[in-house]
Amino acid sequence: MSKQSLLDMLQQQGITRRGFLKYCSALTSLMALPPSMMPAVAAALETARRPSVIWLSFQECTGCTESLTRSHSPTIEGLIFNHISLDYHHTLQAASGTAAEQAREQAMHDNKGKYLVIVDGSIPLDNPGFSTIAGISNVDMLRETVANAHAVIAVGTCAAYGGLPHASPNPTGAVSVGELVKDKPLINIPGCPPVPTVISGVLAHYLTFGSIPELDELGRPKVFYGQSIHDRCYRRSFYDKGKFAMSFDDEGARKGWCLYRLGCKGPMTYNACATLKWNQQTSWPVESGHGCLGCSEPDFWDAGSFYRALSIPDGDYAKAAGYAVAAGVAVGAVAGVMNRSTKASAVSQHSPVSVDDFSVNKNNNQEG
Amino acid sequence: MDISNANEFLIWTRGSGFNIAVSIFIIGVLIRILEIVLLGRKQDLAEPRGTEWGPGFKNILSRSLVDKGTFRRSPFVVVVGYIWHIGFFVCLLLFVPHIELLHATLGIKWPGLPNPLVDSAAAVTMFAMLALLIHRLMHPVMKFLSTYEDYLVWLLTFLPLLTGYIAYHRMINPYPAALGLHLLSVELLLVVFPFTKLMHAFTLFLARWYTGAMMGRKGIES
Repeated sequence: MSKQSLLDMLQQQGITRRGFLKYCSALTSLMALPPSMMPAVAAALETARRPSVIWLSFQECTGCTESLTRSHSPTIEGLIFNHISLDYHHTLQAASGTAAEQAREQAMHDNKGKYLVIVDGSIPLDNPGFSTIAGISNVDMLRETVANAHAVIAVGTCAAYGGLPHASPNPTGAVSVGELVKDKPLINIPGCPPVPTVISGVLAHYLTFGSIPELDELGRPKVFYGQSIHDRCYRRSFYDKGKFAMSFDDEGARKGWCLYRLGCKGPMTYNACATLKWNQQTSWPVESGHGCLGCSEPDFWDAGSFYRALSIPDGDYAKAAGYAVAAGVAVGAVAGVMNRSTKASAVSQHSPVSVDDFSVNKNNNQEG
Repeated sequence: MDISNANEFLIWTRGSGFNIAVSIFIIGVLIRILEIVLLGRKQDLAEPRGTEWGPGFKNILSRSLVDKGTFRRSPFVVVVGYIWHIGFFVCLLLFVPHIELLHATLGIKWPGLPNPLVDSAAAVTMFAMLALLIHRLMHPVMKFLSTYEDYLVWLLTFLPLLTGYIAYHRMINPYPAALGLHLLSVELLLVVFPFTKLMHAFTLFLARWYTGAMMGRKGIES
């Protein structure tokens, strides 16, 4: 780790101490810490050293890296990302080929047991040749790199849950990082891509406390993934009032009504988009008029059309119902015919009963 | 519950589970109705004294209204019975996500109610159903007459309301588990529906129409 502290680096970049403290306040509330913790956060970040980070990109689209690095202007989030010592990252590093792999091995050797591994992309298990880097299969590189890591961060839905490569029929046998890494602390930061503030927030948490934040059952930091999009959506009141956009250009859409009927998956999606927003808090998908796709949830590619309301079944129910009608009519007709023949045979076997049949004498005779 | 399994569970209940349940429901209902209709009646050779269709439909309506004698004998069952039936249909037919489902599957739609109203209806309906269950257990005659089917049908009707309430209020986390349980409870209801007394939802129209039509034919007021 380098000797330069985060505050030194930020001051070199023209961030004032006031700006830094404002950021620390925001971060403290973002991490759901009590306000009294703000000085502690600031003190910890001021003196935070640069941790070594190895970023592994497997079956992915680079969208997660783009999300973090392509913001419109330098942000404190971006600068915190710059502050880490990114010793290996295909897309961002200048070195290539053998030199690049040497950089990874050097970082692993120099920071044994202390470096962070960030992974984006899923890992193919069907055939190691589906995705290799410098002739090393993804699964081998992950196992080797993680062996002496302090913690692992799976960035993006592919790394966290398998994502698009894992979607049915999963031709590469893609799995998530969590299915391979069982013996190291693992933080999942799902999203396609994840909110950049969430990535930097987790890094800031790590810099501040040297530990990983509290996680939910899916390994996601609770501070960012503890609430659903639906619960924090500014259009929620329209859902409750029963005011819905019925198409993307009707009156309801223009008035900003709820997008549930247009397929919004906000009710089942846990993420921080509704509160943190995107592009420096400019907007987020629902605010721009499109329903949530549920991109931070497992199997979101397999959960049916993005434009079908959550309450609508996803299978080919029309076909199933068609077969059922045919089968029902056929079986019902057979049952009807059988019942009619039972009735007809009962009628034909019917013999009239007279009062005499119930007379006391006759009964007595029968008994005798 | 593991959330990744919850998502898979929801995907199953929205897909295969729904298809299976709807298929069994349709097949069962068609068999039951066709069995009744195809049985036919012996031709009535007597000269009719009136029409059949009009009195038949009138009877469907008139027998849905409160009968004074029944009301005097057991006002509780009548009032609470109406409350839960109406409440159930408010929840089923006027909650917007349900309207979306019916629009997608049957192609028909109508305006919905604001969610808090449907939510209140669900709460009232559940209280009414609980009250009727307690009444059934406390009343010696009703208890004697009740079979396991009565309790099963009560439970399978109650569960969609309960799980729907839980899902709407997000009382079980993660939400996909809550929604999946709601769908599963409805699918169980659909599967059991044709083979229990729940069939009354269809047969009541046949029975009341037939009674009214017979009376109409004989010239009696239905």
